[in-house]
Amino acid sequence: MSAWIQQLNDDMADVAAHVRQGLVQITNGRGGAGAGTIWHSDGLILTNAHVIAGHSTVNVILQNGDMYPAQVLAQDPSLDLAALSINATDLPVIEPGDSQNIKAGQWVMALGHPFGVLNAATGGIVIAMGKRLGDIEFRNGVDWLAVNLRLRPGHSGGPLVDAQGKLIGVNTIMNGPEVGVAIPVHVVKAFLKEHLGTPQQQAV
Amino acid sequence: MSDALQNLSDALANAVESASAGIVRVDGRRRLPGTGIVWSSDGVIVTAHHIIERNENISIGLPGDVIAPAQLIGRDPNTDVAVLKVEADTTAPVWADGADGNELKVGHLVLALGRPGEQVQATLGVVSKLSDADERKRKRIHVEGHGRRGGRGRGGRHMWYAMEGEMFGNVGPIIQTDVVMYPGFSGGPLIDATGAIRGLNTSALSRGSSVTIPTTTIRSVVEALLSHGKVRRGYLGIGAQPVRLPTALAEELDQEIGLMIVSVESGSPAETSGLLLGDIVVGLDDDPVQTIDTLLMLLSTDRVGQEAAVHIIRGGQLIDVTVTIGERE
Repeated sequence: MSAWIQQLNDDMADVAAHVRQGLVQITNGRGGAGAGTIWHSDGLILTNAHVIAGHSTVNVILQNGDMYPAQVLAQDPSLDLAALSINATDLPVIEPGDSQNIKAGQWVMALGHPFGVLNAATGGIVIAMGKRLGDIEFRNGVDWLAVNLRLRPGHSGGPLVDAQGKLIGVNTIMNGPEVGVAIPVHVVKAFLKEHLGTPQQQAV
Repeated sequence: MSDALQNLSDALANAVESASAGIVRVDGRRRLPGTGIVWSSDGVIVTAHHIIERNENISIGLPGDVIAPAQLIGRDPNTDVAVLKVEADTTAPVWADGADGNELKVGHLVLALGRPGEQVQATLGVVSKLSDADERKRKRIHVEGHGRRGGRGRGGRHMWYAMEGEMFGNVGPIIQTDVVMYPGFSGGPLIDATGAIRGLNTSALSRGSSVTIPTTTIRSVVEALLSHGKVRRGYLGIGAQPVRLPTALAEELDQEIGLMIVSVESGSPAETSGLLLGDIVVGLDDDPVQTIDTLLMLLSTDRVGQEAAVHIIRGGQLIDVTVTIGERE
C-alpha cells in the first residue's frame, strides 16, 4: 500500500518535471508575467490573449533562462487564446493528448507561475467539459474544460495535462465561477487551423 | 513512470461514471437547480430540503436530459433531507453505509457529484472528520434565516430554538470533507473510490467545511418520510436553558451543568407529568442531559408514546418524574 502511494507521488513528480520543460514565461515589457505552452519545437508558443493584450512588447523566457522577443501570429480574445512565434528551434514540446474524450473525475495537473511563483504545479480532477456548466454559459459555443483547481493569474496560458503528462488544455482565467477553466486542446487545434492554416501551408 | 497515476485517474473517472446514472437534476427553487440521488428504481429521489423552495411544480432532470415532474413526499428540515417521487424508471446507485466493513475513514479520497445542468460534474477531496452525535452538539451551526435570531450566546440561542420548536443542530453524525461544493451540488452524493454513495451533501448546515449526511441517517429519514410523510420527533413541551449545578450536586452526579426549565407549555407532556418552572433537568433515563441539543437528540422517533424517567433537581433534591413523551407537531 505504502509502495503504491509512493509510486503515485513519484508519477505526479515525473509528470510535473516532464511538463515543466514545455512551460515558458511570457513577459509584456512591464514586468507582468503570464505563462505559455510550447506547441511546436520550431518556436510556436500558446498563451492567453489577455496575457499579451495591449502590449507592443512580448517576450518569452524558456526554462534555461533564455529570453526571446515574440511575434504575435494570431489572437482571439473570445477564446482567450494567442499564438506567438519565437526564433528558436528544437524546443521541448508537450505532446497533445485526446481532449475529446475527457471524463469527469479524471486526474489533471496545471502548471504556471501563480503570483510570480515560477513553475508551480497544482493537481486535481476534471469537473466537467462542455459548452455550459450548470448555469454558466461559456463563450463562443465551444467546449471548455472545468477543473477543480484554483487557477490564479500567473497560471494563464500554461499547460493542463493528464495523468500521462499529455497536453489536454491551456489554462485560462474566468471571472465569476470559483472553478478553474481551460481551453481544451481540440479547440486550440481548431483555432490554430483557422488562423495559421495547416502545417503544410505554414511550410510554404 | 509507473501506471499508478493513470490507474488512479481511471479509477476516479470510473467511480464517477458508475454513480452517474443515479444522479439527477432537481428543479425546485428560483435560482440554480440542485442535485438529487435516486433512492430506488421506482422513482424515489432523495435531495436536500433547502433546495426545495416550493411544494409543487418540482421537476427532475434524469440522465439523457429527460425531464419529469416530481411530487414532494416529505421533508425533514432537521437533517436537510427531502424525498421526491417521480413517475419514471430510475436507476438506483449503490448506497453504502460501511456495515460491510468498508468504513469511511479520515483521509479517504472522496468525490462529490452534482448535476445542475445536463452533465454530471465531479470534484475531489478527502474526508477530514467523522463527527458522532456527541461531538456534533458542540458545533456552532448556522442555518439560513434562523441563525441570527434569538438571544446572544449559547444559552439564549438554544432556548430560542427549543421554544420555537425548531431543532436545527440535531442532525446526528456527519461526514466533514475538504471537498469544494460548487453551485448546484447541494443534494448530491459524496461517493467513495468505488463509486458507492456514502451520503448526501448539504451546504445549509455548516459554514467552513463541507458537510455530508451519512447513508445510515438518510435511510432512516427516507423510511420515515415514505411511511409518515414526516420524521416523528419526541416532545416534552419545555423551554430550558443551561445552568451550572451547585458543587455538591455536581460532584454527586459527576455533571456540572443541567437544564433549568424556564417555560412549560400548557397541555404538554411536561405539564401533565408535573414538571415545574425552576426544575433543573439533569438526565433522561440512562443518559445525562447537559445541553438542549442532547435532550433533542434523546427525544428521537422511537421514544414517541413511550414513558421516560426525567431526572430533575427540585429544591436541592434529586428526584425522578415519569413523562409520556409526546410527538412534536
